[in-house]
Amino acid sequence: MTASQLGPAAGPLRELDARGLKCPMPIVRTAQAMKELAAGELLEVVATDPGAVADFAAWSRTTGHQLLSSVSADGEFRFLLRHK
Amino acid sequence: MTAPTVAPPVAIDRQPFDARMLAFLEAAVSETPVEEIEQRALLDSAATPAAEPKTRQLVIVTWSGELDKLWPTLILSSTAAASGMKSDVFVTFWGLLPFVRDGVRITGQDWMQKMLAVMQRPGIDHVRTTKLNFLGLGPWMMRRLARRYNVASPRELLEAAQAMGVRFIPCQMTMDMLGIRQDQLIDGMGEPAGAATALELMTQADATLFI
Repeated sequence: MTASQLGPAAGPLRELDARGLKCPMPIVRTAQAMKELAAGELLEVVATDPGAVADFAAWSRTTGHQLLSSVSADGEFRFLLRHK
Repeated sequence: MTAPTVAPPVAIDRQPFDARMLAFLEAAVSETPVEEIEQRALLDSAATPAAEPKTRQLVIVTWSGELDKLWPTLILSSTAAASGMKSDVFVTFWGLLPFVRDGVRITGQDWMQKMLAVMQRPGIDHVRTTKLNFLGLGPWMMRRLARRYNVASPRELLEAAQAMGVRFIPCQMTMDMLGIRQDQLIDGMGEPAGAATALELMTQADATLFI
């Protein structure tokens, strides 16, 4: 699932460009961005760090924020998160 | 004692099995109708709010003051805070030197304290590596590599850690021994404390590291 497939009913979507960042900055920046969101709001993070795939799954389990999808294409990784 | 009679089908399904079992057993002993006890239990559970899930806690004792140990200390502590964990770092012995603010060159009052500050310059930009130091060539290369490959520097990580709410607690005894005053440390450090504080944090934490 990507953000566009959710449709407009899913509400406004924030985006975070974490391209080029290395561990742990994609997670740190995501956590900071999440603080600005209310419950149920969506955040899409784009990263280039391959380690982020495992880390976003782990971070979502630790924090309880939902990882709706994790897809990779063209050397980029897209994570769609829903604030708990 | 009479054998407990089989309870009729329970209408209240919202109660967990354990609560129903307890009500059943209590009814068997006290001869109070099981429905009445269940109703009471339901009221009790409604009155007491559900316990908040315990916030997980990471405690790191940062001791070495060396670049290749400071780095993971800052990575883990900031990520813990970013993961919603309580994250405390107890800063002791050589570990205190990177937390001396920029521009403070010589710390200490007596000649030995000052001499130590000459032998190991305080400040986050002057941290050595545990191996391959080669008079500073090793750390210089590591910092260059970090920049080239866009790895966050200790300074950036420290800023992120503080912004995320990581608490850095300086060791009072180390400050006394090395002659480092609170106003010579970076902004945002916690109140100086001692071993008992460190131990209390460590025994309450879910993960503890001595780096």
